[in-house]
Amino acid sequence: MTEISEDTVRAEVRAWLKANWSPDYGLVEWRLKLAESGWGVPHWPSRWYGRELPVGLVPVIEEEFKRIGAIGVAKVGIRTLAAATILEHGTDWQKEKFLLRILTGEDIWCQLFSEPGSGSDVAGAVTRAEFRGNQWVVNGQKVWTTSAHKAHWGLLLARTDWDQPKHRGLSYFIIDMKQPGVTVQPLRQMNGYASFNQVFFTDAKVEPEFLVSDVGNGWAVTTTTLMHERRGADALRSWAIPSDKPGRIYEEECEEIRTTMEPYKWYPQRAGRVDLILERAWATGKINDPVLRQEIAKVLAMSKAAEWTARRARTAQEQGRPQGPEGSLGKLASSIIARAAARVHTSLLGPDALLTGDEGPMSGLLAEILVSVPASSIAGGTDEIQRNIISERVLKMPRERTGDTDKPFKDVPRNTVA
Amino acid sequence: MKFSFSSEQEEFRSNLRRLLADRSPTKEVRRLMETDQGYERNGWRAINTALGLTAIRIPEAYGGYGLSFGDQCIVLEEMGRALLCAPYFATAVLAAGAVMNAGTEAEKQALLPGIAAGETTATFAWVENNGRWDAEGTALTATAESGEIVLNGHKSYVVDGHTADLIVVLARAPQGLSLFTVDGNAPGLTRRALKSMDPTRKFARLELNRVAARPLGTAGGAAAPFARTMVEAAVCLANEMVGGADRLREDALAYAMMRMQFGKPIASFQSMKHKQADMLLEVELAKSAAYYAAASLDDGDDDAVANAYLAKACASDAYMQTAIHAVQIHGGIGFTWDNDTHLWFKRAKSSEVLLGDPNYHRELMLQNWPA
Repeated sequence: MTEISEDTVRAEVRAWLKANWSPDYGLVEWRLKLAESGWGVPHWPSRWYGRELPVGLVPVIEEEFKRIGAIGVAKVGIRTLAAATILEHGTDWQKEKFLLRILTGEDIWCQLFSEPGSGSDVAGAVTRAEFRGNQWVVNGQKVWTTSAHKAHWGLLLARTDWDQPKHRGLSYFIIDMKQPGVTVQPLRQMNGYASFNQVFFTDAKVEPEFLVSDVGNGWAVTTTTLMHERRGADALRSWAIPSDKPGRIYEEECEEIRTTMEPYKWYPQRAGRVDLILERAWATGKINDPVLRQEIAKVLAMSKAAEWTARRARTAQEQGRPQGPEGSLGKLASSIIARAAARVHTSLLGPDALLTGDEGPMSGLLAEILVSVPASSIAGGTDEIQRNIISERVLKMPRERTGDTDKPFKDVPRNTVA
Repeated sequence: MKFSFSSEQEEFRSNLRRLLADRSPTKEVRRLMETDQGYERNGWRAINTALGLTAIRIPEAYGGYGLSFGDQCIVLEEMGRALLCAPYFATAVLAAGAVMNAGTEAEKQALLPGIAAGETTATFAWVENNGRWDAEGTALTATAESGEIVLNGHKSYVVDGHTADLIVVLARAPQGLSLFTVDGNAPGLTRRALKSMDPTRKFARLELNRVAARPLGTAGGAAAPFARTMVEAAVCLANEMVGGADRLREDALAYAMMRMQFGKPIASFQSMKHKQADMLLEVELAKSAAYYAAASLDDGDDDAVANAYLAKACASDAYMQTAIHAVQIHGGIGFTWDNDTHLWFKRAKSSEVLLGDPNYHRELMLQNWPA
């Protein structure tokens, strides 16, 4: 075998695309071909639709796809987390059953971790799974579940042993979302959207082969999913831009992007829309207000510094150097920036900040910033949890003593919400 | 690639850090800061020649190494970390910068080799009693007197101005804003060390009474090289500042880990942990800005000027905030003279003000923001 380098890989993928790519394929048809070739997920094991290439070379391959407008495997949404988790902890039967349909985008997935009584403290889940007869029976409630109403499968964290301490009584399942025991209700947010759902389980069923890893090992599996979620947070919601090229496959992809991205359409507003600040400052004439100029400059500066910090972290990663502390700071930085940007937008709006919907400027988009930003310091780990992570994992400061890890979970004081 | 220090650069950094840890421990900083000069010529010369620090960014044609801002900023970051008492910023950044930006070939040949070799210390005097950091406040005049140029007026807040061998002076000539050089011991020049709040960075006030001066660059053409020198100085100072901020942050963390109260280290209290997380965030963001601004200068990016001001403002806020937190984390001991925290606190404060405060730099950043 010849040595793998950027050039050989580029040449190889280019030749393969030249011989195989055509926009006349159906989306699923093309992705099946991709999965078979290994070019869809080249860093995956050869046995499971990949080529075992180093992750560092993936951008090279993506570049080649982009160059000719070739479409890749399905990447947005929770399905990528499902794939990563199944690859690491799943049985061969599970890989066989799920991975291919994840890549083709035929199956939609959702993540069932958070509960009304356990947000930051995910391991405090009280949704129970009991083995009755020959299957698992699930009862309880999950919340903040994106796409639950469309999902075919859910990644479920449930308590299977109440006599074990908190982290050891959990198990991880793949649950069929299209069954009578699962009820999905939209959850309306303060900004009026309903992007998330509450999911209720009433004697929902899970066959034994859908248990991921061992009974009692659910926390380890959950950690894998969460790790991939943090790492890929940007990619997961990165604005997939539909191509305007003609061809059946582009139309199908367009539709896929539209439905997958639907719940995320207010996310740019959640981040504070720093990109609109200068344009708005000029448009309103407030660019000449010396006090506001300082506030604007602070937001722009911090936003740039955060962007460069992310680049520093990426460069270190690409060069295979140990990532410094800069890799763990992005989430906290972005919520601080979002808040500062919302303040500036409020000043720029003036009395129009009192209005909402199409009554306000830019068809209510600016008003949407003001009532969406509060989510950024909560979703995906609150600022407080981020600071704990930074101080404990990066700075190695002592962990807080908790009152719930050294006794059976059934004896731990907890919220009484349903 | 803006953010990859090469392995040579990393090695250089660690050699320099070792050297400075060895030659400039806080005991030495405390000794030198009590002197009138603020540094010792022989000690500084030994450190400088060991690694050729003043030569780094001076082109090879004038006896330097011709390296980048990225390289020089490693030096500044490490000096800021070690709180080195030396006329490096005044000589290698301010004065050498002004000469490189304004000087003719002959002037560069005459002035730069001495700086590169570490023989000449120098500074740049542009601010006056009115405290303006831009060129507009310049009242000092240059006039021709019997075939000689003479300078009349005063300068203030001149970094290491009382000890510099060579002083670059910004003046109003009949042709307009111009640069000149004068010798530190020139007749008619009176230098007085000011009582500096930050004893590790000395400032001086200069009185010039018919001081003979040599032109630097084109008469009336100082505006552009002056502006460029300020931009470069902002980037260099930002890098010096993030070095100090990082050191303060680390020291405060180490203290919190060992200080016991209520039967456990104070580092285990969430209020301390969250403060430390915020400090790390602020310092790392400022570091990214300082590194990026240096790389922008090297690459000649369109947004290099805006990035320079951004980096200075960011570093000023981060350094000062870190210093405030560091005193607080140390508690009562942090307010004592014996504890080292105040040394960096004062450097943070003097750096915040030097070249203009963060509001000033944010305003300049916005004015230069790329469309």
